[in-house]
Amino acid sequence: MSSRDLVLGSIRRSLGVNGREAPRKTTVEDRIVRHPRGLIPARAQKPPTERMKVFKDQVEGISGTVQQLGSADEVPAAVSAYLRSKNLPMRVRRGDDARLQQIPWDSEKTLEVSTGRSDGKQLAAVSYAFGGAAESGTLVLLSGPDNPTTLNFLPDHHLVIIDAKDVAGDYETVWDRLRKKFGEGKMPRAVNWITGPSRSGDIEQKTLLGAHGPRSLHVLIVGKP
Amino acid sequence: MTQAITSTRFRDNTRRALEDAQLQKALTRAEVGFIGRRAGAVAKLPEYDALRDESRDIKDHALAHLDLYLERYEERVTESGGQVHWAATPEEARAAVLEICKRLKAKTVTKGKSMIGEEIGINDFLEENGITPIETDLGEYIIQLRREAPSHIIAPAVHLTKEQIEADFRRVHTKLSAGRNLDEPTALLAEARAILREKFFAADVGITGANFLVAETGSSVLVTNEGNGDLTQTLPKALIVLASIEKVVPTLEDATTLLRVLGRTATGAEMAAYTTFATGPRRPEDPDGPGEYHVVILDNGRSSMLGGALREMLRCIRCGACMNHCPVYQAVGGHAYGWVYAGPMGAVLDPVFVGIENAKHLPNASTFCGRCEEVCPVRIPLPKLMRHWREREFERHLSPAPVRWGLGIWAAFAKRPRLYRFATGIAVGALSLLGWRGRFRFLPLARGWTKFRDFPAPEGSTFQAQWQREQRRRKHEGKP
Repeated sequence: MSSRDLVLGSIRRSLGVNGREAPRKTTVEDRIVRHPRGLIPARAQKPPTERMKVFKDQVEGISGTVQQLGSADEVPAAVSAYLRSKNLPMRVRRGDDARLQQIPWDSEKTLEVSTGRSDGKQLAAVSYAFGGAAESGTLVLLSGPDNPTTLNFLPDHHLVIIDAKDVAGDYETVWDRLRKKFGEGKMPRAVNWITGPSRSGDIEQKTLLGAHGPRSLHVLIVGKP
Repeated sequence: MTQAITSTRFRDNTRRALEDAQLQKALTRAEVGFIGRRAGAVAKLPEYDALRDESRDIKDHALAHLDLYLERYEERVTESGGQVHWAATPEEARAAVLEICKRLKAKTVTKGKSMIGEEIGINDFLEENGITPIETDLGEYIIQLRREAPSHIIAPAVHLTKEQIEADFRRVHTKLSAGRNLDEPTALLAEARAILREKFFAADVGITGANFLVAETGSSVLVTNEGNGDLTQTLPKALIVLASIEKVVPTLEDATTLLRVLGRTATGAEMAAYTTFATGPRRPEDPDGPGEYHVVILDNGRSSMLGGALREMLRCIRCGACMNHCPVYQAVGGHAYGWVYAGPMGAVLDPVFVGIENAKHLPNASTFCGRCEEVCPVRIPLPKLMRHWREREFERHLSPAPVRWGLGIWAAFAKRPRLYRFATGIAVGALSLLGWRGRFRFLPLARGWTKFRDFPAPEGSTFQAQWQREQRRRKHEGKP
């Protein structure tokens, strides 16, 4: 008997079932197909303007920084200003996201923009978020050539652009958008929820930033909700 | 083969822990920090208690349909190009990991924190087979340098002070300048970060745990704050996720409800820094990610728990709140418990994995104050489950002889109410007469107590006598 059969058999003995009962199968199938939402906190159900304030407050509450931009055209100047303020070389790495391609990077003459994954040598990276959840100031990023996962974790500084309209109140709204994009039950290789910069509390319970991932997280919100 | 069991020496362990000044300093700090941060996060979310009820119900539902959700999960993992390895025992889990590492000719393995890894003793096993495991969570890295086990499921180095960590770094990182300044915790962090960066890139295989497995999508969910878990699951050629059968939940929505509770109860965070839903290996168009994706699903006795009195324990999401709030854990720390899991959850789980005869002290290491049950995010009745073990110990004659005799004598009286009332009336009367200034500094049969503190002498009559008097009085006055 394989280990698989052994484990499943033992589970079924404990539950007093054989695994072929139609009502149980229906219950399971139904839950997966309908994926009912649980309780959504009131904080996650605010109208757009308030929602944006919750999002900003939450990001700042966990040591992130936020900047609001009128349009994506303002991104290059904002990135340059950020790098200067941190005394960093004028270089960033980004992915192939169509929205990132459309940004007029040339408008900043001294800014050097390269594309691709990170090999650990880049100090700053720019990603475009798929969505966000205001309730905890969480950014949702997807793996793939558009926004390589390594850019989320290897550079010291992570700048994340998010369209204001993509900031949802709750995580569930983002899941539904993801299902629309990829199909029911399908996921990209990695969905990264990012809430603030990397941190550790392992030395005497003090929160220290920049454990293994980015030491700082800067969020650029583009447009109006 | 798995972590050595010292639970049998619990009494000695606790005595040593109580005399260890460094440990006591660290534990006091942890207690204040953990309890305060959780309370702060809970206060900010009015729906928190309702979310706990939902979390309990999700886990109960998943457990009641566990066979079907696991099958569904496996299907999805396979569809996404990953592979599920079923392991009935720790031996099988270790063999599955080794097989993958050998096939890929792995020399080093980076590790995200995994309690299943501790349960199956994966680090020692890999080392014995010539593969170097490198813990990358800062706390786990520190205790690996010390060749210690984690003393807490989410804060493995919580028992150490900054000075101890500095001494370890100086002892092990010998290539760095001896004169470097490591006074500040940030300097220690920066040093570990720089050293581990190289290891991440050099590793052939990454091993992490999983907080949840999602049946709907075949994803493993990993929650970390440092980002080490993500470097571990992104950079190597292959990823191995170590999980156990009860980690599976039906949908992304279900995982989300549990995540709303997890960060708050564990560290007081609204959400951890990184929550990653990983599904299968690198896709053809992906610029990064592991080439292989494996999940080892361990049973190790859990499927039997499902049919018995300990079933509710399988709801546990490993947040550590029960230990943070336990007066016994706060006093002695995690190592005293003598095996992988500590605190109230460990007192219920360790006997399952190592046998009650080896862990008989743990279910007794509780005052039954009930704080663990009060704070448990999935409402596990921990005192009830510890009591279950105490009853098994009594049945199997594992309790010490004086305890069994004492209980036997007490039971003989308790079954005869009149005799009981008579005897307790005499005993209380005698004790209240004999007590010196309302106290006993020494009492036969109770030396374990009076050695450290006075025993209060009873005042007045027994509870039953007072109750009867009160009933008579109320009847007399015509009150209900």
